[in-house]
Amino acid sequence: MTLEEKKQQVIEDFSLYDEWLDKYEYLIELGKSLEPFPDDKRTEEHLIKGCQSRVWLDAEKRDGKLYFRADSDAIITKGIISLLISVYSGRTPEEIAADDFGFVADIGLKENLSPTRANGLVSMIETIRNFAQNG
Amino acid sequence: MQSEMDLTQIRAQFPALDTHVYGKQLVYLDNAATAQRPLSVTELASRLALEENANIHRAVHHLAALATDRYEGTREKVRAFLNARESAEIVFTSGATAAANLVAFSFGEAFVHEGDEVVVSVAEHHSNIVPWQMLCARKGASLKVLETDEKGLLQPDALEKCISERTKIVAISHISNVLGLVNPIKQLVQKAHQFGVPVLVDGAQGIVHEQVDVQELDCDFYLFSGHKLYAATGTGVLYGKREWLDRMPPFMGGGEMIHTVRFSGTTYAPLPQKFEAGTQNFNAVPTLVPAIDLVLAFRSSEAVIREQKAILDYVLSAFSADDRIVLYGHAPEVKIPLFSFAVKGAHHEDLALILDKMGVAVRSGQMCAEPLMDHLGVSGLLRASFAPYNTLEEARYFVQCLNKAMDMLI
Repeated sequence: MTLEEKKQQVIEDFSLYDEWLDKYEYLIELGKSLEPFPDDKRTEEHLIKGCQSRVWLDAEKRDGKLYFRADSDAIITKGIISLLISVYSGRTPEEIAADDFGFVADIGLKENLSPTRANGLVSMIETIRNFAQNG
Repeated sequence: MQSEMDLTQIRAQFPALDTHVYGKQLVYLDNAATAQRPLSVTELASRLALEENANIHRAVHHLAALATDRYEGTREKVRAFLNARESAEIVFTSGATAAANLVAFSFGEAFVHEGDEVVVSVAEHHSNIVPWQMLCARKGASLKVLETDEKGLLQPDALEKCISERTKIVAISHISNVLGLVNPIKQLVQKAHQFGVPVLVDGAQGIVHEQVDVQELDCDFYLFSGHKLYAATGTGVLYGKREWLDRMPPFMGGGEMIHTVRFSGTTYAPLPQKFEAGTQNFNAVPTLVPAIDLVLAFRSSEAVIREQKAILDYVLSAFSADDRIVLYGHAPEVKIPLFSFAVKGAHHEDLALILDKMGVAVRSGQMCAEPLMDHLGVSGLLRASFAPYNTLEEARYFVQCLNKAMDMLI
């Protein structure tokens, strides 16, 4: 699936839920199904600044593509980062760096989060972008 | 203002309570952060800005006289509210934080030297910790920490152990913004005074829930913010005993706080102007008058007293019946309706986020009390803080929503 197709799929999945509580249920499920984060990566270095809850993110490059792993102590945040990973993992750094991350706004995530949470989201996107730019 | 009001009449004075968020009726339970504002306050603030706007104390024209009378009349109102000896002991600040900084700086300049000690409690808001840390760093003094007892209360015996011959001041809260328990301030002050040590009381939460008589408490300083007490933001009060204030140097220099200014030297104005440099917040400070009237009306309203008691009893019993909930600050006889708690297996931020979508506004996080969070061994808590305009029905809705949120997360 191309990046565009994947983003479209996420937007469609998310639009299935009218109520925000249902969207949260969906994010909670995503958060719970995120693959475990390696303990040795749970360090200050991998901690994303700007989130009220703690979020760790790590990237690995294989065959020219970036693969992300993440964790958070808050489950909704974990669901959000899981959503981002599902879209951007397995893409080339060039592809990610060229993306505008506009789909996050399309699914209304940013507007409907508390300000601290929205700041956290911006930090998550920045971190993914940094990984891509540093290649 | 009538002396007896029912909840419906009270709520009608706070338009924000009628707001809908995400299509749900707003249930505002973040009153310890800031209270909602009544029409009497917003209408006065607007009228002062539009009709009585003139800089105070200086000019001889009519509007300036009106504005000055309003401002000084407010000082007298606050004096009576706190039962201070004289209105010169009432200093207006931009809030409780500014008041704490004023004392930490000015008292510190006059009385704190290298090797001296300052006592604060572990349960203080950052505003009653950081100014003292800054003072200690400036002077080479050290900070001693008074811990709470197992219930979360500050006790005179524990305070005695923190006091040495080098202790210059004790700074403690009347009611912690996290634990919601009324500390035995009078006894704590008595204890400190036995050793000749003055006491500053952070009344940011205390003034909202307790009747305060500074002569009865005998505290040396008492401070609070206007915005938690229904007055306009940017208003605050510092009460200080004249014997201290007279001996403290000014905090800021500028207009208003001077007597004469010469390049050869400046002399300062008498109290309280000595501590009120620059143009004062004269459009907002007078809103303390209707705010205080409202507080007095709440305190004399049987309906409010009954409802607050019902809320307290209901939440305490709902929380103690649910073993997923851990309440911090548990001493029912001195508890105000402010509940900070953790939920086992759920992050406070997730809970707050879900409650928000149900229309319930609560606080999550460290609540400007990181040392207390460390002491309690938590990364943060959830806090529901009720005001006299909140109802038992809202408390029930909150608990119902909390249950739903816990079910989603655990």
